[in-house]
Amino acid sequence: MTDSSLAELSDSLFSVSVALYSVALLAFCAQLAFGRRTTRARELVGAGGASVVEEIPAPDAVRGNRWGIAAVGLTVLGALTHTGVLVTRGMATDRLPWGNMYEFATAVVLVAVVAYVVLAVRSPNLRHIGVFVLGPAVLALVAIGLGLYTEAGPVVAALRSSWLAIHVSTAILGFGIFMVSGIASVLYLVRSRPGADEGSGIVARLPSAAALDRVAHRTAVLGFPIWTFAVIAGAIWAEAAWGRFWGWDPKETWSFVAWVVYAAYLHARTTAGWRGRPAAWVNVVGMAVMIFNLTFVNLVSSGLHSYAGVE
Amino acid sequence: MTTTAPRQSVAAPPPPPPPSAGRRLGGLLLHWWRRLTAMRTAIILLFLLALAAVPGSLLPQRSLSQNNVNQYFADHPDLAPVLDRLYLFDVFSSPWFAAVYLLLFVSLIGCVVPRAAEHARALRTPPPPAPRNLLRLPDSAELSVPVPPAAAVDAVEEELRVRRFRVVRRDGGSAGSSGTAHSAGSSGTGPELSAEKGHLKETGNLVFHLSLLALLLGLAGGKLWGYEGSILVTEGQGFCNSFQQYDTYSAGPLVDSGDLSPLCVDLEQFTAEYEENLTAASFTADIRYGAPSAEGRPTTIGVNDPLRIDGDRVYVTGHGFSPTFSVTLPDGTAFSDLTVPFLPSDQQTMASEGALKLPDLPGQEEQLALEGFFAPTGLLQGGVLTSVDPRPLAPQVAVVAYQGYLGLDSGLPQSVYSLDASQIERGRLSEVGSANLSVGESLELPDGTRITFSGVKEFAALQYSHDPGQLWVLAAAIALLAGLLGMLLLRRERVFARARPGGEGGGTVLTLASLTRGGGESGTRSTALFDDLRGALATAAPARTASEPEVPPRD
Ligand code: HEM
Repeated sequence: MTDSSLAELSDSLFSVSVALYSVALLAFCAQLAFGRRTTRARELVGAGGASVVEEIPAPDAVRGNRWGIAAVGLTVLGALTHTGVLVTRGMATDRLPWGNMYEFATAVVLVAVVAYVVLAVRSPNLRHIGVFVLGPAVLALVAIGLGLYTEAGPVVAALRSSWLAIHVSTAILGFGIFMVSGIASVLYLVRSRPGADEGSGIVARLPSAAALDRVAHRTAVLGFPIWTFAVIAGAIWAEAAWGRFWGWDPKETWSFVAWVVYAAYLHARTTAGWRGRPAAWVNVVGMAVMIFNLTFVNLVSSGLHSYAGVE
Repeated sequence: MTTTAPRQSVAAPPPPPPPSAGRRLGGLLLHWWRRLTAMRTAIILLFLLALAAVPGSLLPQRSLSQNNVNQYFADHPDLAPVLDRLYLFDVFSSPWFAAVYLLLFVSLIGCVVPRAAEHARALRTPPPPAPRNLLRLPDSAELSVPVPPAAAVDAVEEELRVRRFRVVRRDGGSAGSSGTAHSAGSSGTGPELSAEKGHLKETGNLVFHLSLLALLLGLAGGKLWGYEGSILVTEGQGFCNSFQQYDTYSAGPLVDSGDLSPLCVDLEQFTAEYEENLTAASFTADIRYGAPSAEGRPTTIGVNDPLRIDGDRVYVTGHGFSPTFSVTLPDGTAFSDLTVPFLPSDQQTMASEGALKLPDLPGQEEQLALEGFFAPTGLLQGGVLTSVDPRPLAPQVAVVAYQGYLGLDSGLPQSVYSLDASQIERGRLSEVGSANLSVGESLELPDGTRITFSGVKEFAALQYSHDPGQLWVLAAAIALLAGLLGMLLLRRERVFARARPGGEGGGTVLTLASLTRGGGESGTRSTALFDDLRGALATAAPARTASEPEVPPRD
């Protein structure tokens, strides 16, 4: 049933993806290092003559820009092989490639990377946050490869349902998008600290606080209905598979907690006194809850959702 | 809008009499009501709700597993009773959890109902007049067009109507910002227009919040009138829907136990299929179901595929093996087909454990009991039986036989799957023999009793569920999602235009402005809109100027 050569190909593509993302990460670092910062250009105006200002930052910026483009290109390439990991695994096992925690987590990282690429293509000034998306992505993939790897194989009876396609796919999608949202909020919190504009550190080269806040909100607004749908679809599936649509199983409980936290974030975003940093913190808590739900609940607590396939 | 003004002026007059106690209480209540229904409070309550759910996943819950709770009590004898008093083993039915969500819902009602009323009013009110200074709005533009003011506004109106805006034309006299029709100090001169669309966004918001309430009501209904019973049924046996028959059941407080749907289910055959690597591929149960006296209708149910009849459902939630024994007493009396379900202790290999209790053997003073370990595919290693495969390829049991007093009538409940260990400790039950048996093999006890392992059947763990709130909850969830999509993805837009004659040549200076709420950057969208309007004016210009050189101002 399981095609072993395809399964091996999938495993090799996993390594290739990690390698490509790592190179992309280096390129993003180079972009940050060489990239120009608007405030510094202003400082130079004061320090030297107009001619100096014209010349020094220009090649710097161009170089930074080139690195940025190379980094996004490498990321796209990585995302393609990353997609290949899942496609070949799906073909090897003749089912959707998210039947266990290894596959699920791999897919979540892919969604996060693709969400970032879409953002970076649509608004180039967001490319700068690449390090902070690709960095966690590489770390997560390494952890997934080392800690969660599961041989390609068939899934248990309960997972053989079209709800796997509906519930798990949307959960992956919502999860990946929330990750990008959470990263944007973390960066917003860093960027909006008093004094973040001064100095020449990496912080000052991030997109503006307002832009980061906007990205965080818009991705959360996209992720929230998707997550809501995933939870509802999960409840419908549970009604068929477990005999009740909601039973406060640990996974259900934490999905509910995450949902409530994201609802609180969306409210906080539009409520006086909560806008800005407090709201961003709520979003970060949401991200933490999502990650906790994936890791702790799967690996430590026991419930009906014990399909992780991790011994 | 206008009704509040006079009332305020009546209430205002100077000497305010000291408020009576009732008044003060009323004021206090109003104050707290306002607090409770503020968005800030909602956020806090949302947080509290999230926080309150957490212990429910970290501590064992009675609703999920009574066994785990008992285990916790055994492991933490000092802590557990304290936690129990705080309802920490019943978090989701605890008063404090209920307090949080009920407060949240009161707050929600307090916020949503006035909002709904206001929304209903807004649906019937025309868009407000254009603000006095349009260029002060975040997105605005000014353009001159070579057509008379009224024609320019006509073109804008047409373009906006195509885009499904509600449009209202006003003449330039009322550029007041107070909203009343006849305020003084008008600076406008030409005709003006207000347009609006996107009331669906607010409708979505209301639908979303109201469906939360509907969902809660559905959940509550299901809890009050719903019930659930579980039973292990061996092939060839069956059960009828009544609380006496179930191994375990739970029922809402308003369930009348005499009023359960009359339905009986017989299990004819259970089939488990496995992949090569022993992953379970499918479990199916061939059953017959129907009214107690009727000939049942055959059907097959399985994982992800319950029986659904009139709001009731029957599920297969698990399976296992029921070894069959026959017992021949020393006097020759024989009992065959003594079948007992053994509970799986390992889902991978289906190694199972169970007990057979025979308290009433005719002519015997001693009661007889077997405690056993069952392996569907057994492997003996140094006399110890283990299971290596979940399929019944070579079934074996390891049994220990006891005689004596089982203690069944002692008043304390006993598990049917094991013997009461205290009876063995106290010497009331004594071991009289043990053996590893394959199908057909026997164990002979010292008194001459023969116990034969005669075969094995499968059992299915069946669950009968009745939840009258379920469809209601589903409908509420779908409405919730639809409302959410409307609220988050739609946007509410207002566009204003004002035309004034543009100096010589009879042209017009047209001021456009737009206000957007929700859904992405408004800047680029309004620029696109203004560009389109400019285009529409450009195409309108030659035709209009040719056919109607002088358009009288509309009123
Ligand atoms: C006292 C209770 C509540 C009040 C007063 C309230 C009020 C509101 C209001 C006024 C909005 C519109 C925000 C805006 O102006 O854009 C809103 C949006 C929203 N509400 Fe509530 N709400 C309450 C409870 C809840 C609850 C319990 C949930 C879910 C758990 C929830 C989820 C949402 C979501 C997801 C939005 C969308 C936010 C957005 O527009 O970006 N609300 N709520």
